[in-house]
Amino acid sequence: MKQNQKPSKSYWHANLSITIKVLIIWFSVSFGCGILFKEELDQFFIGGAPLGFWMAQQGSIICFVLLLIAYSFLMNNLDKKYGYDEEGE
Amino acid sequence: MDQTVWNFIFIGITFGVYIGIAIWSRAGSTKEYYTAGGGVSPFANGMATAADWMSAATFISMAGGIAAAGYGASKFLMGWTGGFVLLTTLMVPYLRKFGKATVPDFVGDRFYSNGARLVAVICAIFICMTYIMGQMRGVGIVFSRLFDIEIWMGVIIGGSIVFFYAGLGGMKGITYTQVAQYCVMVFSYTIPVIFISIIITGDVIPQLGLIGNYIKDGAENAQPLLQKVNQISIDLGFQEYTAGTGNTLDLFCITAALMVGTAGLPHVIVRFFTVKNVRAVRKSAYWTLTFIAIIYLTAPALGMFARTNFIEEINGKKYQEAPEWFKNWEAQGMIAWVDKNNDGVMQYRAGNVFSGKPSFDENKQKEGSPRLVTNEIDPSQNEVYYDKDIIVLANPEMAGLPKWVIALVMAGCVAAALSTAAGLLLVLSTSISHDLMKKILKPDITDKQEIRYARMASFGALVIAAYFGINPPSSFVAKTVAFAFGLAASSFFPTLIMGIFSKKINKQGAIAGMISGIGFTLGYIIYFQFLTTSKDYWFGISPEGIGFVGMFINFIVAFVVSSITPPPPKEVQQMIDEIRIPKGAGEASEH
Repeated sequence: MKQNQKPSKSYWHANLSITIKVLIIWFSVSFGCGILFKEELDQFFIGGAPLGFWMAQQGSIICFVLLLIAYSFLMNNLDKKYGYDEEGE
Repeated sequence: MDQTVWNFIFIGITFGVYIGIAIWSRAGSTKEYYTAGGGVSPFANGMATAADWMSAATFISMAGGIAAAGYGASKFLMGWTGGFVLLTTLMVPYLRKFGKATVPDFVGDRFYSNGARLVAVICAIFICMTYIMGQMRGVGIVFSRLFDIEIWMGVIIGGSIVFFYAGLGGMKGITYTQVAQYCVMVFSYTIPVIFISIIITGDVIPQLGLIGNYIKDGAENAQPLLQKVNQISIDLGFQEYTAGTGNTLDLFCITAALMVGTAGLPHVIVRFFTVKNVRAVRKSAYWTLTFIAIIYLTAPALGMFARTNFIEEINGKKYQEAPEWFKNWEAQGMIAWVDKNNDGVMQYRAGNVFSGKPSFDENKQKEGSPRLVTNEIDPSQNEVYYDKDIIVLANPEMAGLPKWVIALVMAGCVAAALSTAAGLLLVLSTSISHDLMKKILKPDITDKQEIRYARMASFGALVIAAYFGINPPSSFVAKTVAFAFGLAASSFFPTLIMGIFSKKINKQGAIAGMISGIGFTLGYIIYFQFLTTSKDYWFGISPEGIGFVGMFINFIVAFVVSSITPPPPKEVQQMIDEIRIPKGAGEASEH
């Protein structure tokens, strides 16, 4: 880890922008759909389940998994663009 | 074959595998002891992290909590999964790049102070101790059922096994044991639910059963299962299953505290130090959450099926006609029936049966009649008491599944408790041997001595954890664990975030922030848990959710103190720049 390269400002900003977008979706599917707007969403149904209830117990978790896959993909691409990527895992 | 024989077969095989792996992969160096040498594949680490993190509380108590609380239990589901989004986007890639073995290492170096390191060590020990008690309790409950022994004996047996392979194998042994444990857990959790889903809804996939129709009354009477559960709940005086809890702020705070708490749990964070580089951390993170989601998406289905089954099997039946499992668990003291209206029929309704946990009067029980309790009887109409933890344990019996399924569930419970206890024990022992002894008290000890300290610390920690497992300060396993999350939320999460994303926070700010955050949270919990029986919470926020408020206190205090004291030195600012570049993480090192 002894590299004296200063992180490119634009890399860090692009990183923060991905992070913030992920967190906005994270907040809306869980706190938004599952808690704050649960009552409103409960008027709709997915199968036999009220939508707000379903988001709280199923939908939000599915979204979290998809979010992390997307995050990994986006960040790996960003790293490659700036030459910060590494081979192997 | 007899149930006990099946139990012995399943527990025997799984234990043989765990111990075999522990011996095969035991750690030789501190590096292997702390981070498994830093070369675990993201997929394997994902499984290991999932097992590490899904505790006895998740496995045994969560579905019971969902069965009892319905929508109200969503906080556990969202909280314990959503935290991984925070963990992945805000913490572990940077901490992995930093490349040290423990979380207090980062705090000590980033805030250039052994004082900060010491506070972090104390927080880590505190969090892990709170958390590990719940695990020991879980092991005790399962063993007591399995071998028909007292809970305290079960706790001691479980503790000895954990000590054997966690103390011996270190992180390397733990990692590969946890992979095996995850496999046991996922099968034992999902297989019974699949069977039950087919019986109740006709759907093979429980998640579809959850939104499907109830078909037990015949196809022509099919109706949405959730609608039926809502109807039964109202008929028996409960709240609607899918309805809100009323206190949205409290639900919000508890969910948030569980999320940020998950992201601040040291034993979860260190798991990501075992993979090769930052890219592998990200991959490992989504595998982890995928493996966790398999169980978490099943739990709501299990909870609801169990609730339906329990009511159908018990409510309105005569005690003499009660199913066998009912009497088995009654003998364990986890079910009790008080015939309040003397009609010989069990009425399950909303409300308490009696105050607290049942205490039985052994002398007065007659053959074929219920065990008599000495508790003060509650005036409500409810006559059936059950411990929420039995929802998972007794569910296969309730649904009349074959005996080997029941044995499999037992093996899964043990795997869940052991894997988490082992991960926690590792953090506890490294906190003491590495962060406290090596970095603060005795910098010149050798590798060998360091591992010896680690093993001694494991033993000491287990003894204390076993004591509290036998005499738990809080009855519901999940509740004990929720406190650990509150403490993690108010100490590590904000401190690590500030350490990575701000160059201005200095050592004074970090120390003051951690102390005030954890002090406030701890004070609030202790006050409402031990010093008073009143539930007069501030703004209705219960002790489980107060960690979220503690987090803000930590942030605010750290910012204020940092702004009136000198900024961090140049080297530290340079170090922050470096951890923000993913390239060059190298192998996690111990020094």
